[in-house]
Amino acid sequence: MKKRRLFETAMHGLFLLLGLIAVGFVLLITVYLIVSGIPAIRRIGLIRFLFGTKWASTAAEPSFGILPFILTSVYGTAGAVLIGVPIGFLTAVYLSKVANAKVRAIMENAVSLLAGIPSVVYGLVGMLVLVPGIRKLFGVPDGSSLLAAIIVLSVMILPSIIKVSMAALDAVPKEYEDASLALGATPIETYFRVSVPAAKSGIAAAVVLGVGRAIGEAMAVMMVSGNVPNMPSMFESVRFLTTAVASEMAYSSGLQQQALFSIALVLFLFIMLINACLNFFLKRNKEG
Amino acid sequence: MKKLVSILMALVMLLGSAAAVAEGSVSTDGSTSMEKVIGALGEYFTEENKGVNFTYNPTGSGSGIAAVLEGRCDIGLSSRDLKDAERESGLVETVLAYDGIAIIVHPENPVSDLSLENIAKIYTGEIANWKEVGGADAEIVLIGREAGSGTRDGFETITGTNDACQYRQELTSTGDVITAVSQNPAAIGYASLAALKDTVKAVSVEGVVPSEETVKDGSYRVQRPFVLVTRKDVPLSETAQKFFDFATSADAAWIISLAGAVSAADTPAAE
Repeated sequence: MKKRRLFETAMHGLFLLLGLIAVGFVLLITVYLIVSGIPAIRRIGLIRFLFGTKWASTAAEPSFGILPFILTSVYGTAGAVLIGVPIGFLTAVYLSKVANAKVRAIMENAVSLLAGIPSVVYGLVGMLVLVPGIRKLFGVPDGSSLLAAIIVLSVMILPSIIKVSMAALDAVPKEYEDASLALGATPIETYFRVSVPAAKSGIAAAVVLGVGRAIGEAMAVMMVSGNVPNMPSMFESVRFLTTAVASEMAYSSGLQQQALFSIALVLFLFIMLINACLNFFLKRNKEG
Repeated sequence: MKKLVSILMALVMLLGSAAAVAEGSVSTDGSTSMEKVIGALGEYFTEENKGVNFTYNPTGSGSGIAAVLEGRCDIGLSSRDLKDAERESGLVETVLAYDGIAIIVHPENPVSDLSLENIAKIYTGEIANWKEVGGADAEIVLIGREAGSGTRDGFETITGTNDACQYRQELTSTGDVITAVSQNPAAIGYASLAALKDTVKAVSVEGVVPSEETVKDGSYRVQRPFVLVTRKDVPLSETAQKFFDFATSADAAWIISLAGAVSAADTPAAE
């Protein structure tokens, strides 16, 4: 009996230890980012760092203003959401409510596949097809631009939006819809007046998840956006928060490297904010 | 929690140091532009000395220099000269080879020769249209490397355009630059001569076509050194020293030239 209890305690300890590994890594990364991100901000000055419009990290007189990166990330993500959410949301409504089982199965698989494509492949296709396409279509000298990044990002966030929205729509009790139909509403009216409002917090969570994916993406946007630290504009070459870190980290040293950690810290805060929003919506979903 | 972390770190350090002291290993770390050269040298060296473990970590010049300084590798690889601060921290540089930086344009671009001055003017935005240098009427699209890249530093230093380039695209690898230029008829870019492909056209500079010969005799002006970086106070391991001697000897010149660069051992004129 005693032996058994000892075993139980040991297993309990083991599980606790394993659980702590994940928590440990989160803490380690958070602490590391804060510790390595703060010094540069203190040296540059918070206002000059966040609201400076010029980034020239290796110049003789370096300046470290990341406002172009912040705005680019915000605009890029907003653009991707503007294109991706209507498409993803309507696809989810169609798959969850309208499509027959066979179509649904095929399209669900296709969406899963889209989620599984590595981001470098998105970037490569964007670089070879989208970038020259934009150059020819809009008659601009070069197609690497914010627009190219927005298009790539909006495709990349489709899977998470579709899947999470579908899960929310599937969870709407059938009785709600039946009641609406029995009252004489058409199926389309029912979907948009009854099902969607009932699933709204789940759909909101889907959008937030898409935002998180878009703002954190580095590889694909690095290949299509041109990476020049300009203030954002549709057909100009731009640099995101993620690509600012990724493109210069390999060769960086000194204050430049510290500043890159500070950018990572800013990005980390953005992601935390988005996660907090996500938790808020998911919690409301459970309660509602 | 803290204990666990320290145990893990100790383990990692133990493994790391075990690998470093193991007999018969050479670790190199640094410039991505040197990949072809160092890869070929490493391959030949391990062929000649069976059982030697040769590693190359393509991280970039700055990272390679930091790695050798911190003792994380035997030899650091840099595609630029050491900065004064780096020399003062106890590092020594040995020029292994010279690399020409090719100025590349789209194959359909009629421009085939540029002066060094015009290249500088193009990159600073003073010349913004191809027709000003004898090409078609199209806005020039400037493609370059990211800040801190050895190739960018080399190019900007040689052309005297430091911090003044008006890039349209800053890409993170030589391959990306070549791909981007091959996709846009109005683009101009720069890339290591060793990495050049048929999808783009290398223009001549001041009438000199970039080639091994013109880099070697110094007539092609856009060129830079490939440097082996070691620590002054810490001697190399026996195997690493052997590799170092081999790579910098005239015997290795043909391997380096096969990889597209020009051995420094073979070019007394360029000292």
